[in-house]
Amino acid sequence: MARVWLFGDNIDTDQIVPGRYAPYMTSEAELGKYPFIEARPEFAPAVQPGDIIVAGSNFGCGSSREYAPRALVAAGIAAIVAPSYARIFFRNALNLGLPLFEADLTHRLQDGDAVTLDVERGTIVRGAETIQLPPPPAWVARVWRAGGMVAYYRQHGAFPLEVGQP
Amino acid sequence: MSPEPMTLVEQIISHAAGQPARAGDLVIVPVHRCMTHDSLTPEVIDALENDLGVTQIQDPDRVAVIVDHVAPASSVATANAQVRVRRWVRAQGISRFYDVGAGICHQIMVEEGLVQPGEIALGTDSHATAYGAIGALGTGVGTRDMALALASGHTWLRVPETLRVRLQGRFRRGADALGVSAKDLSLHLCGLLGLDGATYQAVEFHGGDWLTLDERLTLAGMTTELGAKAGLIPPTGVVADGLAVPDWLAVQEGASYARTLDVDLDALRPLVAIPPEVDHVVAAADLADVAVDQVFIGTCTNGRLSDLQIAAEILAGRQVAQGVRLLVIPASHRILQQATDDGTLATLLRAGATVGTPGCGPCIGRHLGVMGAGEVALSTANRNFRGRMGDPDARIYLASPAVAAASALTGHITDPSEV
Repeated sequence: MARVWLFGDNIDTDQIVPGRYAPYMTSEAELGKYPFIEARPEFAPAVQPGDIIVAGSNFGCGSSREYAPRALVAAGIAAIVAPSYARIFFRNALNLGLPLFEADLTHRLQDGDAVTLDVERGTIVRGAETIQLPPPPAWVARVWRAGGMVAYYRQHGAFPLEVGQP
Repeated sequence: MSPEPMTLVEQIISHAAGQPARAGDLVIVPVHRCMTHDSLTPEVIDALENDLGVTQIQDPDRVAVIVDHVAPASSVATANAQVRVRRWVRAQGISRFYDVGAGICHQIMVEEGLVQPGEIALGTDSHATAYGAIGALGTGVGTRDMALALASGHTWLRVPETLRVRLQGRFRRGADALGVSAKDLSLHLCGLLGLDGATYQAVEFHGGDWLTLDERLTLAGMTTELGAKAGLIPPTGVVADGLAVPDWLAVQEGASYARTLDVDLDALRPLVAIPPEVDHVVAAADLADVAVDQVFIGTCTNGRLSDLQIAAEILAGRQVAQGVRLLVIPASHRILQQATDDGTLATLLRAGATVGTPGCGPCIGRHLGVMGAGEVALSTANRNFRGRMGDPDARIYLASPAVAAASALTGHITDPSEV
């Protein structure tokens, strides 16, 4: 079972990983220890591989720092569900293969809920209840399956889009 | 090119893609300029070498690498990371390398002409939207997006819808309203639209032919605080002479905008963003009970010559209040030189300011003015998130250089018309 970690609106990347904890200032190997180190210190020590974040709108706003989503991946976060994402965070997560689902479950799921996530089917199961998440565009699903945009590009030598393909 | 009228961002992406591109389209485009800085270049190198297996980037001449985030190095870890960046820059044959003291990446990109109107430029920094000041599509990306662009010469983009901001009037200046500025307009828009008010969109500013380059850089850079992908000011008016504007790039009558906002600049007052969010904006005059410990004038938002000059105008012949630390960090070496030559710096120093190495300074809380618990900063930067400048219990208020200078004089947040 995975645990739900509930967050509010406008979670900025300075909260996810403060700039002072960037790999540049510390070390890459420690990155998984830093998510929400000051905003929610109980998060990193307790988060388990496969846990999910359920948040409000504009998740990941602020700096372009990719180490913010990378720290969440390093800590074991398997997916994020929020009604909207800041654009750079969205791209960073796609590049890393961290699934972002666009839905507002902040009033439906509670912090600490035990759930089962199926990324491929786009479902979250809590007890007898199954929540169907809106499916990503087909090309995004292909990128998730490849393990992220970087992995996709390496496998195919191209981006998964038609228009402007060089 | 399609005869249908287009927004500026549609024109730029269409031109790059070689076919008409409309808001909502997903397209692959060549990247004309790539900018990375000291803080994230090591991660870009890791992604290139480890994840993409690329040892030589496609076109070193399109790349600029700038050491500004921790300049000069503050620790052994950052010093070693910078050693690695310098070695990589040499090995890749990147000639546009700007080391410690040259200045803030976005300032260098525009000042040195490393990005041109109509181009697409990616930077590993969210404030790369600043390049819209000269009519370029500048946007921030993460390190793997940068690695992909360096490896392939291309990136993918969703063509953004455009929010049009129509300006009426001018920034009020003079004795009764000293220093209403582009920063106040940016803060006003943040307050009005919110942190996600332009997410995935471009912001196009109309009616601002009179805006100086400095003002345009502030406006375009700050659009990222609205969640925007790009902030574009048409490269016409007072800046046009110094720019090579392609003939296909111009505001087109009948282009389709997602939303239009009219702003009356004559009604604008000096504003302040209250921590911990940039969109919590009130009049500076309403915050007179907030005492400040550190005033910081600098950053890619407000570290330019005109910013230092307005601060000097307010501080001339006077003294910073007892107990207030005033840090001034010019956005580039060139600005530092100009502010030295024209006496601006001497005025600031006489008033009690101290001056730091051109670069990002304490904006990101890593060095040169990190804030302690319970302290209050008044900064001309762009973000006041919790923990941004140091201890999570420090509070960061954001304002213009005029408000910053006035507040340094009094020791509390002050509308510049009151000093």
